[in-house]
Amino acid sequence: MSKLYVARNIRVAARILDGEMRIMSGKDSTLFTLNKTATTIWQAADGATPLDEIVERRICPEYEVEPAAALQDAETLARELAAHGILEVSENPIFSLNPRAANRPAGEFR
Amino acid sequence: MSGLMQELSATALALGVPLSAQLDLTYRCNERCVHCYLDHDDHGEMTTAEIKHLLDEMAEAGVFMLTLSGGEIFLRKDFFEILEHARWLTFCIKLKTNAVMIREREAARIRELGVESIQVSIYSHRPEVHDAITLVRSSLSRSLDAIRFLKAQGLKVIIANVLMAQNMQDYEGVRALADELGVESTLDPTVTPMMDGNRSTLNLGVDNTALQRLFRNESLVGDVEEFCAVPPRPGEDELQSLPCSAGHTACYVSPYGDFYPCVQFPLTCGNVRRQRFADIWRNSEQLKEIRSIRVKDLSGCSQCTHVTNCTRCPGLAYMEGNMRGPSIQDCEKSFARTGVPSVNLQSKKHSVKNLIQIRM
Repeated sequence: MSKLYVARNIRVAARILDGEMRIMSGKDSTLFTLNKTATTIWQAADGATPLDEIVERRICPEYEVEPAAALQDAETLARELAAHGILEVSENPIFSLNPRAANRPAGEFR
Repeated sequence: MSGLMQELSATALALGVPLSAQLDLTYRCNERCVHCYLDHDDHGEMTTAEIKHLLDEMAEAGVFMLTLSGGEIFLRKDFFEILEHARWLTFCIKLKTNAVMIREREAARIRELGVESIQVSIYSHRPEVHDAITLVRSSLSRSLDAIRFLKAQGLKVIIANVLMAQNMQDYEGVRALADELGVESTLDPTVTPMMDGNRSTLNLGVDNTALQRLFRNESLVGDVEEFCAVPPRPGEDELQSLPCSAGHTACYVSPYGDFYPCVQFPLTCGNVRRQRFADIWRNSEQLKEIRSIRVKDLSGCSQCTHVTNCTRCPGLAYMEGNMRGPSIQDCEKSFARTGVPSVNLQSKKHSVKNLIQIRM
């Protein structure tokens, strides 16, 4: 099975407020509030770490779920977020043209 | 405002987070708009490093919506460096500009950096009227060219039109122009005093008759009867509510680092060159005072029937001499809308009468 890579879309705005990630879509200025799982995926979405690794390291230990089921849910979520222009999804690692983007904060300042 | 946005604002208010901020990068400008409230000389703007440091502190304090304005922002040679840093900090960014310095290359860079929207000032669809307000020849055609470049990049552009006696006849033309360009437009009949307190700009505003006509234009206000209805007397909930978001979830920083509750509220609360942004936000005595004010504390307004839907601006009230008092311009708007004078307009009328009696 091929790997899936996820990266935060550099055109969105993001900020954590009251423990929840708030995202403003760069596509149509729609505001989203990510739940805890989606926030974890968003924060880990560096374009270089495959989604299964994110799920195994960040989701499974925290939520005590089976890796296969968790990965399936995470893939569905990642594609939904991609449809809204919040994440980029690819079967290959995603490298941004801007070298600073790799170290870009995920909005978690507070 | 969407439900999620309302919830976001309510959460920010409850947590004491400065959700939105306006940062003016410069007061210098390449136009000389007749109604402008600014002094365009440079009295020592923050350096690039100071602004980047401030942006770091703003992000740390929780600022999410950031408006970069001026003066004319593109007069700063480091504008794109600042914008790039702000986007790196994942702010949601709105730019306010006259756009005359935006060509294809600048529009492409703005798109690349993921700016949420660009507000461009357009006062008329006719060059002779617009250019007579900006006092710069060909400024309309340059601004319109820029809007086309920005639109070609798929960016969201909003035309902002300040309505004055000079361009009163042209607002329909500006709206038609906005439709033709495929952009949004806003119309604001508020002309503000200059930041130094000089009120001569107010003479440029539209009169009551013109306001009445404006408020009865169905294409602008929707249901005229509903819009112009006299609101019911305020209940306890309304009296306990906050007059405005300035100082509660919003703030403003000048090019010199001065911290104010809002761009229209020139009450200095601190300076980010000497204090941390978050420290001013949390500890300023001026902000604490503003935060203590409820609608019930407003002199005259708390007894006024208009208070539930009045556009009263605490900053304009402050410039009139009392942040707990009325902003008479907004009393006049309520009067033009409903035909019912506000409590403060009535008392103003009485005091004028008294003055005349004394003179006699």
